[in-house]
Amino acid sequence: MVLDSKVPDGPLAEKWDNHRFSTKLVAPQNRRKFSIIVVGTGLAGGAAAATFGEMGYNVKSFCFQDSARRAHSIAAQGGINAAKNYKNDGDSVYRLFYDTIKGGDYRAREANVYRLAEISRNIIDQCVAQGVPFAREYGGLLDNRSFGGAQVSRTFYARGQTGQQLELGAYQALMRQVELGTVQLHTRHEMLDLVVADGRAAGIVVRDLVTGEIESHSAHAVILATGGYNNAFYLSTGAKGCNVTAIWRAHRRGAYFANPCYTQIHPTCIPVSGDYQSKLTLMSESLRNDGRVWAATKQDENRKPGDIPESERDYFLERRYPSFGNLVPRDVASRAAKKVVDDGFGVGDIHNGVYLDFADAIARLGRATIEQRYGNLFDMYAKITGDDPYKSPMRIYPAVHYTMGGLWVDYNLMSNLPGLFVAGEANFSDHGANRLGASALMQGLADGYFVLPATVPGELANQLGSAPVATTDAAFRDAEEAVTERVSRFLGTGGSHSPDFYHRKLGRILWDNCGMARNAGGLKKAIEEIGNLREDFERDLKILGNGDSLNQSLEKAGRVADFFELGQLMCQDALHREESCGGHFREEHQTPDGEALRDDDKFAYVAAWEHAGTGKPATLHKEDLVFEYAHPSQRSYK
Amino acid sequence: MLSGTTREPGAAPPIPTVRERRRPSSWAVELYGSAVGKKAVMAVTGIVLLGFVLVHMIGNLKVFFPDAEKHLNAYGEYLRTIGEPILPRTGFLWIVRSALILSFLLHIHAAVSLTALNRKARPKGYEGGRSYSAASYAARTMRWSGVIVGLYLLFHLMDLTWGNANPDFIRGEPYNNLVASLQRWPVALVYIVANLALGVHIYHGAWSLFQSLGLNNPRFNLWRKRFAQGFAAIIVIGNVSIPVAALAGYFDDPEHITGEATATQTAPFAPASNQAAGS
Amino acid sequence: MNLSLTLKVWRQQGPDDEGCFETYQANDITEHMSFLEMLDVVNEQLLAENKEPIAFDHDCREGICGMCGVVINGKPHGPNGGTTTCQLHMRHFKSGDTITVEPWRARAFPVIKDLVVNRGAFDKIIQAGGFITAPTGGAQDANLTLVSKATADTAMDAAACIGCGACVAACPNGAGQLFTAAKVSHLNLLPQGQPERWARVTSMVDTMETYFGSCTNYGECEAVCPAGISINFIAQMNRDYLRAKFKDKRGQIRQVDVADEG
Repeated sequence: MVLDSKVPDGPLAEKWDNHRFSTKLVAPQNRRKFSIIVVGTGLAGGAAAATFGEMGYNVKSFCFQDSARRAHSIAAQGGINAAKNYKNDGDSVYRLFYDTIKGGDYRAREANVYRLAEISRNIIDQCVAQGVPFAREYGGLLDNRSFGGAQVSRTFYARGQTGQQLELGAYQALMRQVELGTVQLHTRHEMLDLVVADGRAAGIVVRDLVTGEIESHSAHAVILATGGYNNAFYLSTGAKGCNVTAIWRAHRRGAYFANPCYTQIHPTCIPVSGDYQSKLTLMSESLRNDGRVWAATKQDENRKPGDIPESERDYFLERRYPSFGNLVPRDVASRAAKKVVDDGFGVGDIHNGVYLDFADAIARLGRATIEQRYGNLFDMYAKITGDDPYKSPMRIYPAVHYTMGGLWVDYNLMSNLPGLFVAGEANFSDHGANRLGASALMQGLADGYFVLPATVPGELANQLGSAPVATTDAAFRDAEEAVTERVSRFLGTGGSHSPDFYHRKLGRILWDNCGMARNAGGLKKAIEEIGNLREDFERDLKILGNGDSLNQSLEKAGRVADFFELGQLMCQDALHREESCGGHFREEHQTPDGEALRDDDKFAYVAAWEHAGTGKPATLHKEDLVFEYAHPSQRSYK
Repeated sequence: MLSGTTREPGAAPPIPTVRERRRPSSWAVELYGSAVGKKAVMAVTGIVLLGFVLVHMIGNLKVFFPDAEKHLNAYGEYLRTIGEPILPRTGFLWIVRSALILSFLLHIHAAVSLTALNRKARPKGYEGGRSYSAASYAARTMRWSGVIVGLYLLFHLMDLTWGNANPDFIRGEPYNNLVASLQRWPVALVYIVANLALGVHIYHGAWSLFQSLGLNNPRFNLWRKRFAQGFAAIIVIGNVSIPVAALAGYFDDPEHITGEATATQTAPFAPASNQAAGS
Repeated sequence: MNLSLTLKVWRQQGPDDEGCFETYQANDITEHMSFLEMLDVVNEQLLAENKEPIAFDHDCREGICGMCGVVINGKPHGPNGGTTTCQLHMRHFKSGDTITVEPWRARAFPVIKDLVVNRGAFDKIIQAGGFITAPTGGAQDANLTLVSKATADTAMDAAACIGCGACVAACPNGAGQLFTAAKVSHLNLLPQGQPERWARVTSMVDTMETYFGSCTNYGECEAVCPAGISINFIAQMNRDYLRAKFKDKRGQIRQVDVADEG
């Protein structure tokens, strides 16, 4: 099958305008005749549900959390990019577009990225109008900072809680619509299947997590904005609830899954402290501006950092990358730290991290300056580890942070299944093989506030006059039965291990073989190991309690089961992509210096995988990427 | 509307409420109907009562003046004549008393109804014990200090206004009544304890009223606390000094009473007290 | 150094169940575990003993989503103050301690199961007016609205609320004042929030009062708030509410255009 990206013709800068003009509209008086399902209430889902409600559509919104305000967008710290050029430092829509394509290692679709850069400006306007308390200058204008190594200051921020404030803005807009009755909000509901009737997405099957009831909901269009799947690794910076189930169920119903192997690793997280570890905490990347990264020069170093003399410290980033030093990009810094730890030079009680040392900066700038710059981060570190980072260096290690892959979508953000739209981190669209700092919030809100409201009506317009498929239809009944059967299967397995037990093991396999560095042997082994683990899971899972009330183990079981299948697909994708790019590093494909080696001739395409049945290898479809404006070049940070 | 579901979604249990949503009404009813409004009313009536307590105390302190009876008499007489001749004699005093009685009743009514609301809003406590981290002793015991002050007020009126709690009561001779009463140590003790309770009540109330009325500003937030502390301290010291002096035998010395024996001791407008009785 | 703890945990099958405390022994707890990781360990242990794991809400486990929260020895989010349960670590406990773990207690927060409560009343308050009406697409350029740094910073102080409900849990009156005040203040301070200022505070406070108790200025809420929200915002909300009532009298505000409840 040929994947049609539906990118409009014409010059890059005019595509979006032209497309909006040529897309069919739904007149205001007809909008109430359409219903739209939105799953997820993060930036993309919350913004979309609020906007569609406001436009006059009937919206049903779902989230598994107890309130629409808690989606994991809320945890984003750094900021949101926008090509406002308020700082007059040479920023422009084109530069943001170019930086994003380059940052994504030339694996994103140009037209989508350009649109994202264009819309970035409207997002800031919209959010300020909603009352998002962005940081201000003394004159009352908005403040900006440079983020993630960008050469312009285009990042808008609200302390270290930008994601929280944007999420609350979208949530508040959504709750206004709930009050007005345009949006029906279902909290503590988890989507467990997509219903496809006659090749179209017709609705969803959800489970009420409090009563255990299985419910069907139908609509003219279904929007999945269910976030990323970094929790496949068990340990990640994701929330405990982050899962792949919604998009995985859609994938199993025919939606293509694109680029599942692109995983962003964040270099500055607090290392694991023990087997019980349930989650990894991110420390802002900005710490590398003043901190020096080092490890021991001898293996199994057990001395306290203060007792290790200068001559026995290896400032490995400064050594290997003299010009960028501690500020090399995320993936480079991450791999360097991994190598050091793998080689046995790690620090800390269990030798699983490297030091990020502020002693020099404190000596040079004074403690007050450091406190002012990073006070809250230092406090957070102290709270979690019990160590005082002003006195001894922080320990850091990379952790899984963001997944660039997701369901394949065209320029309209519609998947290959008509009527199924995918937004935010759940789709694959805009970040290519790696995401720039402060771009995730931008993409979520762009999709939710501006892209979907312009493209979904084009799909709805063709259905004017037809009611959505009734939930009594066979397609719904089948899906409900499948869900019910699956739930009782989990409850009835009667084995001896919890879902977490398996999830941890799966995470370990993925981290070791499909993490920061991958190779063919490891990936093949991982596919097999995951298969075995899954069989064991199906045999020996133990869930107590029942399906008629809140049962958190049962919820987890479903999510872990889907992570198994996803994990295998991630490995399959990583195995087939015989190159290194962005968040995908194949050890076989690197320069003599250990840098990623891209293969633009063979792999400048989107890998969209079609489900071929449980346990069977997925079928690959390719969407070729054409770079008419931003021409591929190789990165170098020497 | 939206297409239905095969099953009605399990109707989520409704969130329990503590009260009905109020219907629109006149603004005063609406205001007093709201808890925030009731707190504001408590604050305003609290200010009125604070003013009364302060003036009452200042009046009482005349017992320490030379010629105490004479001073008190003159002061009492003055109070009765404020507003003359536009108002009849004691006219102004009755206006003030009415305001005080109204304030007192509103203060109590608001407190009682908010307490009932709060009990309803928090039906179950914690097994793990409750260690307060912020609430002062005064704040936590407002209801009890309030009850003590209320009972004390009743006793105070019976003791020095109506006289039914005071065997030595002679109508129209408040100075003597006061001295006679306070020289019985259990009565003096009641006065001391009750005024300590009043001080505790004021300590939280005089700070709290700024919160309730929304009078906050970082520039004077610290002073709100100091004001409350100072006010409570002044009232306690001033009021407690009298029974303490009585116990210490200060009033046994006839020298400091050089006024005529019939002079009337008058607390400023002591809790609708002797004036009320006399009119 | 490992800890041995005795846990007294509130177990309740469902909303209509009576509920009771059960006592569990938690051994081999390390001081680096978070409180929730300790509960994870206990849950694995319960599973092995064929006892249903303890249900508790949690999601981000980094202190920002506001989902987690249990009362630990009578204190919401535990003994430290200014932290969420997920950010509380076991190094603050001693081996041999008995720890009582209970759900938020308030009439407005009915227990769903074990330590999980329904905080939907907060959503109702936001629905009633905790927003600025700004339909998508109609906004002017962001820099046309000037906001002084002081105002923006204070608004951000208020906006930092994570909606966990610890304020209600800590309040002996079960009052929702700190949560409501944080949102009222955030929006009422900003120039963008002015057009709906009086209607917002009226509607939000009136909705709050249908579910929650009243504020008696204890300050317990402030002491446990993980986001450090100040009770100064409560004073600010009170002032705005009183002013709104007087403005209302003069016909200066119209009720927010919201559907009536029920």
